[in-house]
Amino acid sequence: MDLSSINPALLIASIMISATPILLAALGEMVVEKAGVLNLGVEGMMITGAVVGFATAVSTGSPTLGFMAAALASAVLSLSFGLLTQVMLSNQVATGLGLTLVGLGLSSLIGKPYEGMKSPTLPKLDIPLLGDIPVLGRMLFSHDAMVYISLLLVLAVWAFLKYTRAGLILRAVGESHDAAHALGYKVVRIRLMAIFFGGACAGLGGAYLSLVRVPQWTEGMTSGAGWIALAIVVFASWRAGRVLIGAYLFGGVTVLQLNLQAAGARVPVEILSMSPYLITILVLVIISARGVHGAPASLGRPFHASS
Amino acid sequence: MIRLERRPQPSRLWTGLTPLLAVLLTMVVGGMMFALLGKPPLEAIRIIFWDPLFHPQFAAYSRPQLLVKASPLILIAIGLSLGFRAGIWNIGAEGQYIMGAICGAGMGLAFYPTTSPLIFPAMVLAGALGGWAWAMIPAVLKVRFGTNEILVSLMLVYVAEALLASVSQKLLRNPEGMGFPGSRNFQQYPAAANTEIIVGTGMHWGVVAAFVAVIFTHVLMTRHIQGFNIRLTGEAPRAARFSGVSPARIIILCLGFGGALAGAAGLFEVSGPAGQITIDFNSGYGFTAIIVAFLGRLHPVGILLAGLLMALTYIGGELAQLMLGLPGASIQLFQGMLLFFLLATDVFTNFRIRVGTTKVA
Amino acid sequence: MADTLLSLRGLTKAYPGVVANDDVSFDIRAGEIHALLGENGAGKSTLVKMIYGLVKPDRGEMSLLGAPYAPSEPKAARALGVSMVFQHFSLFNALSVAENVALGMEKPPRVGDLARQIREVSEMYGLPLDPFRIVGTLSAGERQRVEIIRCLLQDRRLLIMDEPTSVLTPQEVEILFATLRKLSAEGTAILYISHKLEEIRALCDHATILRLGKKVATCTPAESTARQLGELMVGTSFAAPASRAQATGAVLLEVTALSLPAPDAFGTPLREIAFQVKAGEVLGLGGVAGNGQDELLAALSGERLAPAGSVTLKGRDVSRTGPMARRDAGLLSAPEERLGHAAAPAMSLVENGVLTAARREGLVSGGFVSWAKARSFAERVIREFDVRTPSPDTAAGALSGGNLQKFVIGREILQRPDVLVVNQPTWGVDAAAAAAIRQALLDLAAKGAAIIVISQDLDELMEISDRFGALNEGRLSRIRPVSGLDMEQIGLMMGGAHGMEVAQVA
Repeated sequence: MDLSSINPALLIASIMISATPILLAALGEMVVEKAGVLNLGVEGMMITGAVVGFATAVSTGSPTLGFMAAALASAVLSLSFGLLTQVMLSNQVATGLGLTLVGLGLSSLIGKPYEGMKSPTLPKLDIPLLGDIPVLGRMLFSHDAMVYISLLLVLAVWAFLKYTRAGLILRAVGESHDAAHALGYKVVRIRLMAIFFGGACAGLGGAYLSLVRVPQWTEGMTSGAGWIALAIVVFASWRAGRVLIGAYLFGGVTVLQLNLQAAGARVPVEILSMSPYLITILVLVIISARGVHGAPASLGRPFHASS
Repeated sequence: MIRLERRPQPSRLWTGLTPLLAVLLTMVVGGMMFALLGKPPLEAIRIIFWDPLFHPQFAAYSRPQLLVKASPLILIAIGLSLGFRAGIWNIGAEGQYIMGAICGAGMGLAFYPTTSPLIFPAMVLAGALGGWAWAMIPAVLKVRFGTNEILVSLMLVYVAEALLASVSQKLLRNPEGMGFPGSRNFQQYPAAANTEIIVGTGMHWGVVAAFVAVIFTHVLMTRHIQGFNIRLTGEAPRAARFSGVSPARIIILCLGFGGALAGAAGLFEVSGPAGQITIDFNSGYGFTAIIVAFLGRLHPVGILLAGLLMALTYIGGELAQLMLGLPGASIQLFQGMLLFFLLATDVFTNFRIRVGTTKVA
Repeated sequence: MADTLLSLRGLTKAYPGVVANDDVSFDIRAGEIHALLGENGAGKSTLVKMIYGLVKPDRGEMSLLGAPYAPSEPKAARALGVSMVFQHFSLFNALSVAENVALGMEKPPRVGDLARQIREVSEMYGLPLDPFRIVGTLSAGERQRVEIIRCLLQDRRLLIMDEPTSVLTPQEVEILFATLRKLSAEGTAILYISHKLEEIRALCDHATILRLGKKVATCTPAESTARQLGELMVGTSFAAPASRAQATGAVLLEVTALSLPAPDAFGTPLREIAFQVKAGEVLGLGGVAGNGQDELLAALSGERLAPAGSVTLKGRDVSRTGPMARRDAGLLSAPEERLGHAAAPAMSLVENGVLTAARREGLVSGGFVSWAKARSFAERVIREFDVRTPSPDTAAGALSGGNLQKFVIGREILQRPDVLVVNQPTWGVDAAAAAAIRQALLDLAAKGAAIIVISQDLDELMEISDRFGALNEGRLSRIRPVSGLDMEQIGLMMGGAHGMEVAQVA
């Protein structure tokens, strides 16, 4: 094994890239869950975002448009989940699974003609001055815009939930929809907005996979990233800052195992390739053994205004 | 204004009617989708739902396929339905299916080339045990630590897929396969093959197992106290604890049963229709079975019918691919839509729809 | 009248199958304390929900200070100075006091200012509160303060209070009344919902009585007797349960040094609980909600295992056995929450019979349920306890609260328990059903069973218990005979005033 082939600066840089899709999706899902809704369709929304983003970027030549289309498409798809669970009061777990199955089917249908194509990717922002710092510059300051947007989004979500009245109302709805309703807040409307936001974030995450990280379209390319995003929300105890940590840790594991594979480590390939999933399970076990804290009290419970 | 008003108890009429309505809606929306893809919608629907059974030319081939495709779906969905009834969400049946296939095939290949009538039953047992053991991982973690079974069982699908890739290239690879990945073909090893029991019907041992599972589960759920406890746990977990039902036992029971059936289904598939362990012998039955379970209203007989219908869409989908060049993925989407419409129309089961303001009674 | 604040004219609201309010009219004057009196299901909640903008009336109109008043949502009501203190469902456990208060305000000030205001107002009205405490960690009385303060911080003309004293000790009730009188003196009108007659006589200037959705009368409670009010409210008068001879036998249940940690973040730990109950005796356990009632029931029913040696039934240690084994041994129970705990809402009454009676009534043999036997058991409960239901196949959730409660209590009583533990046996049940349930419990005791009644209704406990104890923060007070206890003593047993103080009347 040749560990010297692993360059630490490049490693950190690629961790950031590898973590970004999951970070975006997990952040969106965290907001959804904060509002008391469990949307298990993250995987389906991500892959829809991936294919729509890719197709749009290929046909328009603009990755920016690709990202926008991806966010919109996944958000609209997530509204179907919102309609079913919030208005027609279907079971959230089943509907989330359904959303994933629909998303997987839809994406492979849309994506067929785009297999093997190349798309324009996001340019690296070489931030002046910062980008020129030796090692650190390449590590942290020469990424594409989405990496920074995702980090800003973490900050924005954190501030929104902690400091704004709208954030307080969102948390209140997730905590007790009956109490929020009694005070006159529009529970269903607030939840639909959260679901929409979660869908958009998952779409961006998916598009980042197909436009930047890979960058190509292959069927089923999210391979569980959406589910891992769900796990990260639990790991993060529903806090934006910890979602960031979780996503970057996970990105680290993924990159490390790829690097080890490339470096020809003596660990069998299959162990390496299943390691992200095993580690996710391990983390879930540790978190639940300690006791899950911070879960919104109304999470996953259906709301029906009886009066 | 349209309002929803909770029914005091779920409507029996709508419980039966919603799957039909969902199928109908899926046909309509699916037809529109086919039209968008530039395919004749009515013809596509006919090819998917009618031709596999009655087409003068193809029916002879596709009719037996119905049982072949339906049996794993029914077996897995029956197992899942128990958990879903109890509010335990095993969505990793695909992984349990793969592990059952690996364990069962491994058992058979270990005896190659000896012959004994005991080999096949031993394989079935090993397959069921393999699936059971794989399902015990989320079960034990949930009981011991309260870990979310949805995420764990799903993560284990990816782990199982990695294992499958490994064994088909290494451990179980056919030594006479000239280096190609994949195990020996069970069709060439009669003692371990899951053969057709009645030639030309598609009736293999997995079909028998599926029917047995349907009857067993029906009796369990309607007559036995454990079935009652499972339903009670799903309907009102606190009431179940008050009654004296141990949640841990229900978790172990439901996940274990689901895992064993999925594992057995994997073995029947790999030793029969698929013939051998390959990297991608699994075709997503574990996920489609979730749709089958819901479409069948988590009721054994409903699942039997839903499994046959879903098998029909598989066969019809292949036929439509052949005859109209309909993309294979559109069937996957079609199946997903079916679940979505079912969940949507379920609103009629639990609620009355009122239009306008209420009149004074 | 010149000083009419809110006037209701012909308010009518119907739900499918029931007219909740039928042509209700009355006036509330500025600064008065006006009682809204009625049984469960008389339409009090619907009426105040219309005033608070949560429900739209089908017919009728309201006016506030002479101007038409039709709030489309609670926000609109609050903007006009109408606010409400709920009995349930209006606080957020995981949020702080200040956040909870802010959520109930239209334009909350900045966090720092709000915290200061909360401190000021809470001290001025004798309801001290720390604005940064998490609400889930507060006692029931403190939680109510949060709601009251939420209303006090805003422009207030009318304060609606829904059964506010059900979560307070007698001492706390006195303090609350002082606060309300102070508010009334300052010109705030109070609409006070209750079914407790003595309370209304002590506090309110006027009372409007509802029965089956209709207004029966508006009167001056101080000029009526509790009996008159009660007959107006119920329609007929009910005989108090027949008194019985005190004949107690051997100790059937003994609890010693029962301590259990809290089941979850907002639960109550049990601390060194000890008592005995004898055959033929009714032990009443009072206390403000959330002081360990649910936890005690769970420890007695077997849902949570207790430390070895702490629960002894007829001389046998049953602490480490589950609910089924305890039932086999003769210890039965009925939890407070009917839907989802004592009964499964979506399942039929037949199935809900199997829920606890499977073994004692021989409804299961060899693991198989005999549905015929289960049905005849359910029919027996329905018949003997006068449960009004279309059929035994009706879902439990489709029954009214009173009928389901009769079924739940009947299900346990018909299994001939040696010891029966019930929590809030008549909560949310109309007077007729409540009287029937109490009588059934007394009859069971007369047959030699030991009965533990956990309740927040002190009148009920005084009526049916032989001895009384109170739960306070998971501790049980000394048990004392009911005869000779007065409200003052009971209040102290329940923990006194819990840090409240009388409002400083300016």
